[in-house]
Amino acid sequence: MTSAEYERERAEVEKTWAEKPGWLGQLMVVNHRTVALRYLVTTFVFFLLAGLMAAAMRLQLARADNDLIGPDLYNQLFSMHGSVMMFLFAVPVLEAMGIYLVPLMVGARNIAFPRLNAFSYWVFLFGGLMIFIAFALDIGPEAGWFSYVPLAGPEFSPGKRQDFWAQLITFTELSALIVSVEIIVTAFKLRTPGMTLKRIPLFVWAQVATAFMVLFAMPAVMLGSSFLISDRLVGTHFFNPAEGGDALLWQHLFWFFGHPEVYIIFVPALGIVSEIVAAFTRRAVFGYLPVVLSLLATAILSFGLWVHHMFTTGLPPAGMSFFTAASLLIAIPTGVQIFCWIATFATGGRLRFHTPLLFVVGFFFIFIIGGLTGVMVASATLDSQFHDSYFVVAHLHYVLIGGALFPLVGGIYYWFPKMTGRMLSERAGRWQFWLFFIGFNVTFFPMHILGIEGMTRRIYTYSASSGWEGLNQLATGGALMIAASVVVLIANIISSLRKARTAGDNPWDAPGLEWATSSPPPPSNFVRPLVVTSRTPLWVTPHPETVIGLPTGIRSVLVTRVHDAEPHHISVFPTPSIWPFLSAIAVTILFIGSIFTPWALVWGAVPVAIGLIGWFWPTKEETATHCKYEVKPPREAPPPSEPAELRL
Amino acid sequence: MSTSGVRDVTGLPTYTFGHHSLMWWGTMGIIVIEGTVFVIAIGAYLYLRSLAQAWPIGAPPPDLTYGTLNTIILLLSAIPNQWTKKVAERENLKLVRIGLIVCLAFAVAFLVVRAFEFGSLNVHWDTNAYGSIVYALMVLHTTHLVTDVLDTIVLTVLMFTGPLEGKRFVDVSENSVYWWFVVGSWPFIYATVYWVPRLP
Ligand code: HEM
Repeated sequence: MTSAEYERERAEVEKTWAEKPGWLGQLMVVNHRTVALRYLVTTFVFFLLAGLMAAAMRLQLARADNDLIGPDLYNQLFSMHGSVMMFLFAVPVLEAMGIYLVPLMVGARNIAFPRLNAFSYWVFLFGGLMIFIAFALDIGPEAGWFSYVPLAGPEFSPGKRQDFWAQLITFTELSALIVSVEIIVTAFKLRTPGMTLKRIPLFVWAQVATAFMVLFAMPAVMLGSSFLISDRLVGTHFFNPAEGGDALLWQHLFWFFGHPEVYIIFVPALGIVSEIVAAFTRRAVFGYLPVVLSLLATAILSFGLWVHHMFTTGLPPAGMSFFTAASLLIAIPTGVQIFCWIATFATGGRLRFHTPLLFVVGFFFIFIIGGLTGVMVASATLDSQFHDSYFVVAHLHYVLIGGALFPLVGGIYYWFPKMTGRMLSERAGRWQFWLFFIGFNVTFFPMHILGIEGMTRRIYTYSASSGWEGLNQLATGGALMIAASVVVLIANIISSLRKARTAGDNPWDAPGLEWATSSPPPPSNFVRPLVVTSRTPLWVTPHPETVIGLPTGIRSVLVTRVHDAEPHHISVFPTPSIWPFLSAIAVTILFIGSIFTPWALVWGAVPVAIGLIGWFWPTKEETATHCKYEVKPPREAPPPSEPAELRL
Repeated sequence: MSTSGVRDVTGLPTYTFGHHSLMWWGTMGIIVIEGTVFVIAIGAYLYLRSLAQAWPIGAPPPDLTYGTLNTIILLLSAIPNQWTKKVAERENLKLVRIGLIVCLAFAVAFLVVRAFEFGSLNVHWDTNAYGSIVYALMVLHTTHLVTDVLDTIVLTVLMFTGPLEGKRFVDVSENSVYWWFVVGSWPFIYATVYWVPRLP
């Protein structure tokens, strides 16, 4: 093949995969990278807002008997902070990394079900806007991020505040469920030829394990929040003990999701760590199989844990010991991974201490402390002591920030060149790291002590005689350092975006397929799919074989077999469409309408149905194009008696 | 890169039936999610029952007639459904049309009977927690029925009006797979709603 022919192919593919221009085109986008970037920016804004709420709380707590913020607003602040951080930031931001990276890493041209992907983003965005608007109108949630009944029930929380919370759950879980299906199908069916199960990048495995957790965990909380809203709205009695209901049913439903939730945040972060460790030690992660099995084991064990959140609710003692054991067991797969990373460091090439690796090392330190305190709260006896104290607040931030936020920020530094074509400043990166690392420990370490000294969580103030003021002031000082580090990050991003695109395809000399294409990649990610022969393709074969013969006039995507990734057929992917956006608006009307009247479930279903039908209904020209390229699957000849086929 | 080796995939089919198709995987994803919802809802039912002094609470068990009738209709509907799947996979448009219409006839029948079922539950959602969870199970399953019926209507119309391409037969085939789920999940819900209250 001459390079002129190659260039022509490139131009044709690019034309076929181009998005539509104009503002309408913006609403029709189906490219997974564009959708992922939107997710990333949106979740980051939500993170900033939830962070401002945390700063407000910390200012209130900086002095004893402070009256900056009253109890009612404080309730809303911690409820919003917790809910937003969990549902609108931590889970979706890591999913967004998956939406961006999984297709690239497996060498696919788009994510499976791209229109659903666009739909999931709009639903997510509208859900997030809803809760912030509700908060601004003084109808924000007030019963904490897990909204225990009876506190969150109709009796103790009249008004609409908790209904908005319940619908926030419905919005975000819907979008998370959709994304999970896409990720699983992309990882199993859209892998480029040669990428057998044993060659799937660890980040992709982590995303797959997470997606399975989401599939099984999120339905529980969706059901729970539907029960909650119907108790509040149409007078059901699921959680009302006076009529045969039970408040603990809520806790069961919530923690059946809530515990895996922590791992839904943490496991994709482990995947980021593995990618960064490999790239900067210049060695494939030691012990591929144990690491993959650990990821999967974590996903499975995370469900066995749900009861440990309810140690203080009076379960039978035998049950308690069983669940204490399960809680401790989950430390094993994490330990296995840590040892594999250490072995990678030990046997790898010379370490290259760029910012991404710095954040990974920060993760190690913080996470080990968080893990130790986790083992402490996993023990039923100690949990009874620490329950509802600041020890828990400290522990959960060690796990979430250390376990997920540090790797995530490292991942942003690592993949930013791919996403934008530009490098982030290393110097600013170091500043940010140290501000964050020190600020983080100064904020949250003292909270362990405060908890042991008896300071309970979710209190808006404390008396001067408690002696807690000093440590609280320290914590607030730390929070300001964290804020400064976030400012440095934003400044770093903005100033990089103004520079020229000089990063090149593979600035870190990393092994994964995402680095085999330009930065940022062309509309179809790869001009031609690449053939893979190892786990570290770019280190082994810098110039891999390419796949030819895919029709260029339609959005053809190669579908391969699950186990050996041999080509099976070509799937014709959808073009940009406005219907996902319109359907998401219809769904939003239904969800928000049902806060005010149950009839919204009936009349609200009509626009949803219209949206979905419009979405599904094929256009004439689209069908004509498809027919032009259609190749039928091989099949047995029909029995002779069958009437002749009818074609329209 | 244009100089290295190539792998030619010219002539691969542009769609396929069964577990290789992305549609099948998508359908399975939905089934896993909704199956989990059903399992957890049945779990919640049994959990509430385990707490109650007597079950059902303050109401006689649901009458068996319509629920049982509907169980039979649903199970029977599996036959035209499977047949439609078969003929769709042979891309026999004429038979697909007939099959879909027969499936829809079954759909109308059990939706009508379902309305009577709601009338014979002997309890309301706001009576007590028992009524709430019974309604939850019934509404959940009915939502799936209605969704799949709408789906089938849209597909049927499309099969008559076009525009058609081979891929659309994959949609018919996967619609049948989803129907199997709606049918297959019902016996569990039927047993829970109608027979668990009759356990000693
Ligand atoms: C970035 C700096 C952060 C600061 C300064 C901070 C501070 C706080 C404070 C002061 C509370 C309230 C404690 C109480 O009154 O009980 C809190 C609660 C909480 N935070 Fe953070 N936080 C930060 C980041 C995060 C992140 C990144 C996450 C999640 C990924 C998170 C998740 C939570 C949760 C789930 C709660 C519990 C809310 C509840 O009680 O319902 N936080 N945080």
